[in-house]
Amino acid sequence: MADEAARKAEATQVTALYVRVGALSSVVPDALRFSFDLAAAGTLVEGARLEIEELPVRVFCIHCGVESELPSPQVFRCPICQRPTGQLVQGRELELTSLEVE
Amino acid sequence: MSNSPRMIDVRQSVLSKNDRLAQELRARFDAAGVRVLNLLSSPGAGKTRLLEETLRRLGERYRVAALVGDLATDNDARRLARSGAAVRQIETGGLCHLEADLVTSHLEGWDLAGFDFLFIENVGNLVCPTGYDLGEHGRVVLMAVTEGEDKPLKYPGTFQWANLVLISKLDMAEAAEFDAAAAHESIESVHPDVTIIATSARTGAGMGEWMAWLEALRAD
Repeated sequence: MADEAARKAEATQVTALYVRVGALSSVVPDALRFSFDLAAAGTLVEGARLEIEELPVRVFCIHCGVESELPSPQVFRCPICQRPTGQLVQGRELELTSLEVE
Repeated sequence: MSNSPRMIDVRQSVLSKNDRLAQELRARFDAAGVRVLNLLSSPGAGKTRLLEETLRRLGERYRVAALVGDLATDNDARRLARSGAAVRQIETGGLCHLEADLVTSHLEGWDLAGFDFLFIENVGNLVCPTGYDLGEHGRVVLMAVTEGEDKPLKYPGTFQWANLVLISKLDMAEAAEFDAAAAHESIESVHPDVTIIATSARTGAGMGEWMAWLEALRAD
């Protein structure tokens, strides 16, 4: 996907990849780093830096009317009023945000 | 062609291709009037046994079909076909989850309008399948009484993803010293408002409630 985007932009080399990974995305950043070089081999992305932004789980509480970050993805409770909430706002992302190219 | 460093905005989900295919599938399912369920659990939690009993019971009143995902073998498909339902095996050849394009290719030649329910039994795995939308209307996660009550805390992303949690092998609860209250507590911790049904395909416990949940999905 990065290779395709870089070619479309007429770049000759990708120097960095910026990705966002949610805590519930089922992707482990270390495993992503490990497999990155393999996947990048032979493409414009080969040798690029992989910058991973880890996103915590965020929920919306209907009682407080606010969105907040969960201290733990194991406990879906509003950190303010402690009432259960199932309204996920952030945490499943697996997104290629941007590329640094030459 | 420029050689000076610059940034390109992409802002695209890595799974966007799968998401697009899943949307096409969902549109096809809706047009055909078939309700589709994505069934998930760890290996050995009893998906196939439960599905066998589900197809048998539901098949008395509805036209049912199943796609069964496994790394290898078509044992499960042959087992499920005994229920009389239309069944196809998806052998993933090592892939640890099903993807929308695998579902699309295995539907070929099936008249979807001829089914009321289609069950997709995912590969036994509690991690990767949740990233891949298959165009389903309902996401069901099974957890056997033999698995340990804290499983949901170990796989919060999966239990959070579910629309329904089925506790399976209830007939073995006593032997496994299953603590139902603790299991409910950990499921509700990661997914406060999710429906939970305790079932046993062997004794039939909870099967009526599960059938009612499916029928309600059809009425939606």
